[in-house]
Amino acid sequence: MTDAYIFDHVRSPRGRGRSNGALHEVKPIDLAAQVLASLRDRNELDTSKVDDVVFGCVMPVGEQGSCVTRLAVLNADYDESVPGKQINRFCASGLEAINSAAAQVMSGQSDLTIGGGLESMSRVPMGSDSGAMHADPAFAYKSYFVPQGIGADLIATKYGFSREDVDTYAVESQRRATNAWHKGYFDNSVIPIQDRIGMTLLDKDEHIRPGTTMEDLAGLKAAFEVPGEQAGFDSVALQKYPELEAINHVHTGGNSSGIVDGSAAVLIGSKDMGDALGLKPRVRIKGFASIGTDPTIMLTGPAPSAEKVLKRCGMTTDDIDLFELNEAFASVVMLFMQKLGIDHDRINVNGGAIAMGHPLGATGAMIFGTVLDELERRDLNTALINLCVGGGMGTATIIERV
Amino acid sequence: MKTIDYEIDKDGVVVLTIDVKDRSMNVMTPEFLQDLSDAVDKIAADDKVKGAVITSAKDSFMAGADLLELVETFEQRTDAEEVYGWCRGLQQTLRKLETCGKPFAAAINGTALGGGLEICLACHYRVAANNPKSVLGLPEVTVGLMPGGGGTQRLPRLIGIEPALQLITQGKHLKATEAVEAGIADQLVEPGKEIAAAKAWVLETGDPEQPWDKKGFKVPGGAGLMNPSAIQTFMFGTALLQKMTKHNYPAPIAIMSAVYEGTVLPIDKALDIESKYFALMLMSPVSRNMSRTLFINKGAADKLVRRPSEPEKRLVKKLGILGAGMMGAGIAFVSARAGMQVMLLDTTKEKTEFGKDYSRDLLQKRIDKGRMTSDKAADILDRIHTTTEFDDLAGCELVIEAVFEDRKIKADVTAKTEAIIAGDAIFASNTSTLPITGLAEASKRPQHFIGIHFFSPVEKMPLIEVIVGKKTNDVAIAQALDYIQQLRKTPIVVNDSRGFYTSRVFSVFSREGINMLCEGVNPALIENVAKHAGMPVGPLAVTDEVSLELSYHVMKQTKLDLGELYVSSPADAVISKFVEELDRRGKRFGKGFYDYPEDGKKHLWSGLKELYPLADEQPSADEVRKRILYSQAIETVRCMDEGVVTHPADADIGSVFGWGFPPYTGGTISFIETEGLKNFVAEADRLAAVYGERFAVPGSLRSMAVKGETFYQLADVQAHRSAA
Repeated sequence: MTDAYIFDHVRSPRGRGRSNGALHEVKPIDLAAQVLASLRDRNELDTSKVDDVVFGCVMPVGEQGSCVTRLAVLNADYDESVPGKQINRFCASGLEAINSAAAQVMSGQSDLTIGGGLESMSRVPMGSDSGAMHADPAFAYKSYFVPQGIGADLIATKYGFSREDVDTYAVESQRRATNAWHKGYFDNSVIPIQDRIGMTLLDKDEHIRPGTTMEDLAGLKAAFEVPGEQAGFDSVALQKYPELEAINHVHTGGNSSGIVDGSAAVLIGSKDMGDALGLKPRVRIKGFASIGTDPTIMLTGPAPSAEKVLKRCGMTTDDIDLFELNEAFASVVMLFMQKLGIDHDRINVNGGAIAMGHPLGATGAMIFGTVLDELERRDLNTALINLCVGGGMGTATIIERV
Repeated sequence: MKTIDYEIDKDGVVVLTIDVKDRSMNVMTPEFLQDLSDAVDKIAADDKVKGAVITSAKDSFMAGADLLELVETFEQRTDAEEVYGWCRGLQQTLRKLETCGKPFAAAINGTALGGGLEICLACHYRVAANNPKSVLGLPEVTVGLMPGGGGTQRLPRLIGIEPALQLITQGKHLKATEAVEAGIADQLVEPGKEIAAAKAWVLETGDPEQPWDKKGFKVPGGAGLMNPSAIQTFMFGTALLQKMTKHNYPAPIAIMSAVYEGTVLPIDKALDIESKYFALMLMSPVSRNMSRTLFINKGAADKLVRRPSEPEKRLVKKLGILGAGMMGAGIAFVSARAGMQVMLLDTTKEKTEFGKDYSRDLLQKRIDKGRMTSDKAADILDRIHTTTEFDDLAGCELVIEAVFEDRKIKADVTAKTEAIIAGDAIFASNTSTLPITGLAEASKRPQHFIGIHFFSPVEKMPLIEVIVGKKTNDVAIAQALDYIQQLRKTPIVVNDSRGFYTSRVFSVFSREGINMLCEGVNPALIENVAKHAGMPVGPLAVTDEVSLELSYHVMKQTKLDLGELYVSSPADAVISKFVEELDRRGKRFGKGFYDYPEDGKKHLWSGLKELYPLADEQPSADEVRKRILYSQAIETVRCMDEGVVTHPADADIGSVFGWGFPPYTGGTISFIETEGLKNFVAEADRLAAVYGERFAVPGSLRSMAVKGETFYQLADVQAHRSAA
């Protein structure tokens, strides 16, 4: 098997995913094109050598429809020979795109690929693609579907995380992200996004709230209490988890991931291609795995997916220097730490989506790059990246420096 | 045509008048379906015919399917394809009707339900008579079924998905005026003018094409998942129906799915989708259980199927009630409301007035909500006479005692009453715990002594359990039943035994929950699984509600009465502990298994964990569910073996309407039949081996299982249908 190496990665800053967000005026294919163009330019890449571009996108409809990756490739003025494909594994799409692009190299069918993702949540809002998961009556009934936020609250209830616990986690995420930005840890990878006449629209994550305190968060209302009680979702969840007397709704906008716009891309290839193009390998993909878990609680996939990939690689958690798990909701990360016995100082060391936002299809590629940079900064060796996934799944990847 | 009168007028309009003979209401018999099909063919083929009007010769238009036929279908057909083919019959006739090229108008003279309304929906125009007594709706869901004559497809195409689902998943009835407002009927006319109006439409407008057969038709409000409002409807709708059905009732989700899937298809394919879901519902035991218990058997009970043929019916005009406490006050209310003169007797004027206040409060609430006029309320109150004198009981046909559960007090009031009332008057006890035969020993005429066991709150609970003592005669039974019919409640008749039937089996439910608590089963699991299995409340919550104090009292009395024969269970110690040591006596004392904070929801008492530490290994939800349902079913079989309950229908009705055994099961006996007797016995044997003798099945049940017998014979059900 050929090894897949990572040569470089770039990402956009994350803009607030609302009508007042700095990136709201940028079309999704322009956002992705700027990221792809930057990856090309800073590596002086002959794009005719790129065999494929794989991007994750969770709402591939409207402006993000019709195989948006190929459109972004053309829009970035890559060589006409470069194809593109769009994939969807919900929130892990960006990481899955890297895994899939790396797999092409590992299987010997490609020499140079790009993985990444995009999501303009301000322009193509969550839910735009409908989907049978939540609204096909027979399926929603059969699978005891509840919205993810109810699943996150279910995790908190079942595993004993109080409102104070999850808020404490969120405050720390904000502190870490602020510190990382302050110290310039993201400077090499985040590119400014520009408008049509070349003015910078955004060069820093816009969703972050430096100085967030427990008091700030305590005032926020639990976001899923009303749908839980009035729409019947709590009852559905308890029918699946009858050992719980009631669901403790602890998640708010302050301890859940932010809704943002963003895109990221990662350059992947074989050692030979890297040598031929003068690209320096930074890390090697050691392995990856995805797994399915209970779709009702939905967000418990990270620990099993991590265990699966560790086993595949013949490793244990002790062999991993840094963990990066998407902060979809605070309870998701807290459960992962509890299940695998991971100290908070080894995971999400520069904060995460609670502070900086979660542009669905792009996040996997963004956190992949974040931890890669951090391995180099700390001069450590291995990292495990993973995300919880809608429908009850988890996707995980292990990287190793070379 | 035997069920439809076919008549053509001078203008060329055919009037089809439905009249299914020997039935109080028109129902869809196989003969009717054939007649309707023939009539449509005749109309289509006759060039002189311009169009047709469908109406009914009876007060009501049509009630829909014949439930007995559906129950028989369940018993006899097991092949999905065959049942599907059978379901297609009505579909095809109605489709033929709406596409035959001649305009059809429905003249809805009265109630049109289920298949009756579906015929109207297949017509091109609907005129509803503004008859205040008539209702329109698709109530199939209430018998565990769904519309099978196109209702799930034509109604959303007519009025939109959301409003259609509201009506069909809840089985709502609409008045004629509401049906017109909702867009289900096109025109409202004075009663008697519906045929003329329908004819006028046929002659003047007469469009023979349904909106959904026209090119470019769209479901009002949109359909399919690319339509945002449809997503909301189906996502929230599916969650809410799970909250309601707890996954126990297959019909609501089948309805939702048929509407979801059918509304994005052309009508012919859509109707086919409906037929397939309908076939599945028809083959589900839930529809058999619900039709048989909630309608056929309950209907028969309401018509007093257990009443001795002699003596003749005697209405109670003057009723005596002894004791103006909670039960006496409730009995006074429902009896006065039913038109009886009520003598409400207690030891002091204050107590009797306090009892009458119960009615005053209930009536005031109804007036405030606009559900009753103050004149009518005043009439009811005027019929409740408070008294402290036994002499005032003279002239009562029936006297019911609802005094404290103490033999001495009861004996005393029995003697005092019998000294006054006429020789043919009946004396009834509302005791829920003391055997009737024993109480009758205080009577000089035990043949006229009977138990009439009301449930609390009296005005809300639909069931009354009549208890026949050893010496009780037919006159007393007949009087008790006639009285219950006056109240429009449902009676079951049982023979005397400790706890009779309902209290005895209900206490098994409560105790099994407490037994599990003792074993270290997570109390949240016990309570949730009981509710998910369909019980109205968990066993710990319900014990709190009837009060631990009462359970304690009954337990002590039973021990005293039975002596060495008393069979104790782990629950005994728990009940004693809660009353004697912890002073947690139940909900009305503010604490029991639950805490009842004034400013919030009740929640399980945190101290339970220390008293009954959670076992390391917790049972599965399925195991808890089995223990809850099986324990009640087995106790019911014992009651039948002992002759306490004499007919499976009484056992089923009593369990569903008395203590809320889940309706989808059809009751405790139907539950066993649904599980299958062989499976039930095998599973009960396993439970008995693990948890003890209380799960041991009686030999009678084991023998029935071996012989392949069932509790219900089809002939019995047929007899009940005739009675109802």
